[in-house]
Amino acid sequence: MRDAKPPLLEVQHLTMRFGGLVAIDDLSFRAMPREITAIIGPNGAGKTTVFNCLTGFYRASVGRLHLHRPDGDFYLEQMDGFRIAREAGIARTFQNIRLFAGMTVLENLVVAQHNRLMRASLYTVGGLVGLPGYRRAEDAAVAKARQWLERIDLVKRADEPAGSLPYGAQRRLEIARAMCTEPVLLCLDEPAAGLNARESGELNELLRAIRDEYGIGVLLIEHDMTVVMGISDHVIVLDYGRKIADDTPEAVRADPAVIKAYLGEEESEELPLEVTSDRERKA
Amino acid sequence: MPGDARHRNAQIAWIGLLKDAALAAGVTLILAIPLVGLQAKEVNGGLTINTRFDVMAIAVATVFCLRFLFNLLRALWPARRSGAGWHLPALDRRRLAIVALLAVVFAVALPFLPFSSRYIISLATSVLIYVMLGWGLNVVVGLAGLLDLGYVAFYAVGAYLFALSAQWLHLNFWYALPIGGVLAASCGVLLGFPVLRLRGDYLAIVTLGFGEIIHIVLQNWVPVTGGPVGLAGIPAPTFLGMPFSRTAPPGTTTFYDYFGLDFSPEPRMIFLYYVILVLALITNAFTLRLRKLPIGRAWEALREDEIACRALGINPTTTKLSAFAIGAMLGGFAGCFFATKQNFISPESFTFIESAIVLAIVVLGGMGSQLGVVLAAIVLVTLPEIGRQFASVPIIGQLGELRMLLFGAAMVAIMVWRPRGLIAHREPSLHLHRRERAA
Repeated sequence: MRDAKPPLLEVQHLTMRFGGLVAIDDLSFRAMPREITAIIGPNGAGKTTVFNCLTGFYRASVGRLHLHRPDGDFYLEQMDGFRIAREAGIARTFQNIRLFAGMTVLENLVVAQHNRLMRASLYTVGGLVGLPGYRRAEDAAVAKARQWLERIDLVKRADEPAGSLPYGAQRRLEIARAMCTEPVLLCLDEPAAGLNARESGELNELLRAIRDEYGIGVLLIEHDMTVVMGISDHVIVLDYGRKIADDTPEAVRADPAVIKAYLGEEESEELPLEVTSDRERKA
Repeated sequence: MPGDARHRNAQIAWIGLLKDAALAAGVTLILAIPLVGLQAKEVNGGLTINTRFDVMAIAVATVFCLRFLFNLLRALWPARRSGAGWHLPALDRRRLAIVALLAVVFAVALPFLPFSSRYIISLATSVLIYVMLGWGLNVVVGLAGLLDLGYVAFYAVGAYLFALSAQWLHLNFWYALPIGGVLAASCGVLLGFPVLRLRGDYLAIVTLGFGEIIHIVLQNWVPVTGGPVGLAGIPAPTFLGMPFSRTAPPGTTTFYDYFGLDFSPEPRMIFLYYVILVLALITNAFTLRLRKLPIGRAWEALREDEIACRALGINPTTTKLSAFAIGAMLGGFAGCFFATKQNFISPESFTFIESAIVLAIVVLGGMGSQLGVVLAAIVLVTLPEIGRQFASVPIIGQLGELRMLLFGAAMVAIMVWRPRGLIAHREPSLHLHRRERAA
């Protein structure tokens, strides 16, 4: 059934090497539109590296990153970072929140609509002379920002510096800011990190709403299994840069390879000789 | 009982206080030996060294006593310390507008106020040049967060462009002004390209190098720039085509003949003052407007986090280049004006110290604050002048020699009491609640 409709993102044979270190080794997966695809794995498995390749912060050593949009195809491995966000429509958040801390909450959301506003202001010239078209575009940008502020419950704090918000609100704001770029694919790097149980419940609601109302694809890196199992439609498990599972959340949870990667290997006969002999002596 | 506790605390700290005062006196001693204790004197064409250890001893003793008293007072009234220095009254939008309006009214009226003199107008003109340079550099440093130590290069480009075009093409100031701005902006883009990948300290060093390159070119390209001798005979701007000269060139009327005035330098100086005032006010309106446009917000976003900007689809290259170009353009305008005001320019006017002063104006004023730049420019330009004034007063005359020291002390004081600049308030470029109230 998954293959019936075309995927939104198709990653083929992605490999990323840093000198001798292979961070991602021949990874292929698909992300569907209107689905939340979670990428999980132990620390250092290469999850964030996948995001950095997708969003152009790293240039993949090998591989094809193919984004299918109704209005055309994009090969992300050939594009500059800011073009991927601007033209292909991939937005992301960061593991360590990257808001414009000194600017207000509202300004953060309006900066995200930079390219549309820049065109409306005729690349600054029209804005300088105060064209009515630019005024309208600015009003529309503020209205859109306001809509997101209502959704993430920050209307009251709209004119405060983003850096003064509590941690959970900063996470929500970063997601709203990414959504203000009108993406087709939203990449979230550990959005639930540092949130309490109530906040991560709210996050689940928000992500479901984004998927269902905006019909976009969501790629999610997450360690919080209640979030992953609660909202993902599909889970991909990485370990040492390789894909070890790719299935529904239920199937992944039961997968022995995944359990092995997370909990370590069960005792086996392949223990070093010294250890086994030591154990036998004790027994 | 609390009185007793305070008394005991003061007694316990006694030795500490003495130690601290002795330390301060020791530091003063080390500094004072070369600065105060030894004085170079010219005697019969040779240099001899005069010792002034008595003055030095007084300085050291004064520092010891003052430091001791200061600490004693702090120990006796510890509550005083929580005040943490002085505060400017909070500047909301309305107060800021009133202050700005008063400042503009004062600036417009200045040449006709009773205490006004040629000296005051000339000083005010210098202040305004620095205000304009400060506002220009504020775009690069304050908004876009790109540390530029070679800003004087663009100032020099504007100045030399006007001097050369007046010399070779007989171009009027009013035609040279836009050309100077555009040429300086092109230089900004030219410098911008290679340094786009650099940030912070690295960027500062490259821009410093660029400033030096321009300085060295001006100094050594003798056939064009006149080398260290500089370029003289730069014409003053005309007032609606009427020159400020004693005798009119063929086909024109002088300003003095037209208004039936006797020839004197005052009208010309007042006119120049108004020219720079208008240029500075245009610069201010322009940069304030830019800040509220998407490009201005993108600059600020770039200052806050470049990686996040890229993730939002903002092109960091063009955004940085536009900041460099606009900052450079404003510097070029100021340079054109400087050339026409001075009548004469030489590489000496475009040394690193100028870049440093303009940067100090931006940083001390409070990054991104327009009014702060004005305050800092007034302080930094007039302070050395005040020192110069006192040089002729017999008793305080010694202080006049130390006017650069005074200058440094003022900078240290500002940084101690107002580490984020004189005015550290940032006005948001958009205000949701205010907009909605207005609607």
